Amino acid sequence: MSRPDPAHTHDPARHHLPPARLLDIDPLLEDPKTRIVVCCGSGGVGKTTTAAALGLRAAERGRKVVVLTIDPARRLAQSMGIDSLDNTPRRVKGIDDSAGGELHAMMLDMKRTFDEIVEAHADPERAAAILGNPFYQSLSAGFAGTQEYMAMEKLGQLRARDEWDLIIVDTPPSRSALDFLDAPKRLGSFLDGRLIRLLTAPAKLGGRAGMKFLNVGMSMMTGTLGKLLGGQLLKDVQTFVSAMDTTFGGFRTRADATYKLLQAPGTAFLVVAAPERDALREAAYFVERLAAEDMPLAGLVLNRVHGSGADRLSAERALAAAENLEEPRIVDQEGGKAVLRNSPDTHDSSGSPTSETPAPAAAPASDGGSPAEDAENTERSVDQLTAGLLRLHADRMQLLSREQRTRDRFTALHPEVAVTEVGALPGDVHDLAGLRDIGDRLAANERELPETELPEEGTRPEASA
Amino acid sequence: MSRLQVVSGKGGTGKTTVAAALALALATEGKRTLLVEVEGRQGIAQLFETEALPYEERKIAVAPGGGEVYALAIDPELALLDYLQMFYKLGSAGRALKKLGAIDFATTIAPGLRDVLLTGKACEAVRRKDRSGRFAYDYVVMDAPPTGRITRFLNVNDEVAGLAKIGPIHNQAQAVMRVLKSPETAVHLVTLLEEMPVQETVDGIAELRSARLPVGRIIVNMVRPEVLDAADLELVRTVPRSTVARSLSSAGLGGARRGGRAERLVDPLLTQAEEYAERYTLEHEQRAVLTELGLPLHELPLFAEGMDLAGLYELARELREQGVS
Repeated sequence: MSRPDPAHTHDPARHHLPPARLLDIDPLLEDPKTRIVVCCGSGGVGKTTTAAALGLRAAERGRKVVVLTIDPARRLAQSMGIDSLDNTPRRVKGIDDSAGGELHAMMLDMKRTFDEIVEAHADPERAAAILGNPFYQSLSAGFAGTQEYMAMEKLGQLRARDEWDLIIVDTPPSRSALDFLDAPKRLGSFLDGRLIRLLTAPAKLGGRAGMKFLNVGMSMMTGTLGKLLGGQLLKDVQTFVSAMDTTFGGFRTRADATYKLLQAPGTAFLVVAAPERDALREAAYFVERLAAEDMPLAGLVLNRVHGSGADRLSAERALAAAENLEEPRIVDQEGGKAVLRNSPDTHDSSGSPTSETPAPAAAPASDGGSPAEDAENTERSVDQLTAGLLRLHADRMQLLSREQRTRDRFTALHPEVAVTEVGALPGDVHDLAGLRDIGDRLAANERELPETELPEEGTRPEASA
Repeated sequence: MSRLQVVSGKGGTGKTTVAAALALALATEGKRTLLVEVEGRQGIAQLFETEALPYEERKIAVAPGGGEVYALAIDPELALLDYLQMFYKLGSAGRALKKLGAIDFATTIAPGLRDVLLTGKACEAVRRKDRSGRFAYDYVVMDAPPTGRITRFLNVNDEVAGLAKIGPIHNQAQAVMRVLKSPETAVHLVTLLEEMPVQETVDGIAELRSARLPVGRIIVNMVRPEVLDAADLELVRTVPRSTVARSLSSAGLGGARRGGRAERLVDPLLTQAEEYAERYTLEHEQRAVLTELGLPLHELPLFAEGMDLAGLYELARELREQGVS
């Protein structure tokens, strides 16, 4: 785009009332002590793209980075020019490696990760038995919590390999940002829980006199569950759990270990949101939860924020001016819009006032009308266009003030959270250049939205041309 | 017309809103619909501005022409207890199971059980009749899991049927599958005119079809009004800046001369128009992709100020006018 980016045309003098701290991305990415960055937030706010952009930026600033993405939509792969990512980190080509950095990317394959755990912890014979177990197969193929559990597991593995300076983790798509923290523990405690232990070890318990009563209750319950699920399934579960237990040493212990990793120094959370009510509400929940869990929050990335290079012109004034421009047309044109939009020879087809055919309005030297008429038509077309530009601007200003209100509400609740705002892009990102651009915006440390309501400028008289 | 209408879509496309509007639209002219929520997010209650929904069918809205919309938030745990009660007359033993965590266990770990219970409850409402033999609900609309999970969610009954080879869950799964794979069911996908949601819609439809689940309509949500048309956008690229400046000036926005107030507006306004043009082209491309799918395609307008109850009725009216009900 040749015209100045509206994101960078703000008058800095107006930024005298910063309501929130600004989040400085580069020091975070450059600090060798930062080893893990977790991007979390509710679905559809641009988490994956943010994670990829941060990874690229960190790599081009000299760090050896791996980006772990979990989203099955394969977006990250596309934007990094890799056709398909899999469970192994792949080096991303085409980055600027003059600072000595590297970028690797991978996509979590939860089944593969689960299989690897089994293969790593069991002898081949036992591993084959587990992998063939029907219960294991459905559990690993996608169960409530499996994805989150395996994301944590993979993060733990990557960290343990210690091959990368920095791991950037995207979190599974879910409505609730908190699922990422809760699901692994939930799954871990189910697999490790009292119930499953009772289910799998009734014989052992029966040996102790004091447990007799419990054992009676248990057999009633296994009986009911057996009836409900079919006896074979329950047997599959029992076989699976006892096989896993002897080889693996507990799901919960493992989930707890990764959870601790998230609390360790060197881990930073970034909450990603869009300036929309629901997304920011989720972000607020997450901020509160991180604080309660002693997990270090680096700040909030506010994506898709709109700005305007003409934010001194209010929506109201833009609309009034647009009406002003459209008025004379009603007075001296009978055919309405069609006459204005189309060259003189379309006068007859005035049946469709909002003609869909592209009007050659920009080519006034058409056959037909006299030069004077053409000039007049062009002028009207321009007025029409200008009115459209002003309406577009009014929409933009209204959007801007809604976003501003939503953000200010969040900031009022959590003034301690540092924020970086990323301007909305008209299109999607699908290459490294696009990611780099987002990285620049993330680090630009500029406010996209104005701080306060702007004073109405139009009240001041100004000499006209 | 299918009596079970399943609404899915990528996260953030507004599928709860569309499901609710559809339930309202289908309830017009004295019909009765049930709007079912399966993800425990209380999105319906928020939308209808009521308190959190219990696990019980409750009237939440009246449609134009005297129809009624009922809502139900299905809680898988309670659904399982319900189910045990129905088949085994468990009574207090059911509560004991709950205490032991067996219900939790069963709904979370037993493969697919949770989804069978959720879809099973919806199918039960579809088939339910009152004493006079009339269906209890004319339509059941389900606010379903997102596109990425919808096929597995609906098809999980197959999974469970393969896994629990006998027993009541097996039978239940079979029964549910018969409804879901029949013309009684239609799965609608909500999308936006953006690349990723459209791609997910295309993928989702392929998945649904390969699982032989009936695909219904595509509903494009939050469609922005057309402010500038193709002719305007053509002009944006060729128009001399000074002409626009003069035009702005004539509208009372200050001086058109270099550095004048109107003149200084030209660049930012044209930049905004260029951004609009880029989006306009993208949206047209995405619309073309959707049209190629050969499914009924509907468009719902964006409510810039956010969705509220009035907006919901507006969307319902829009859906009716587009012949969805």
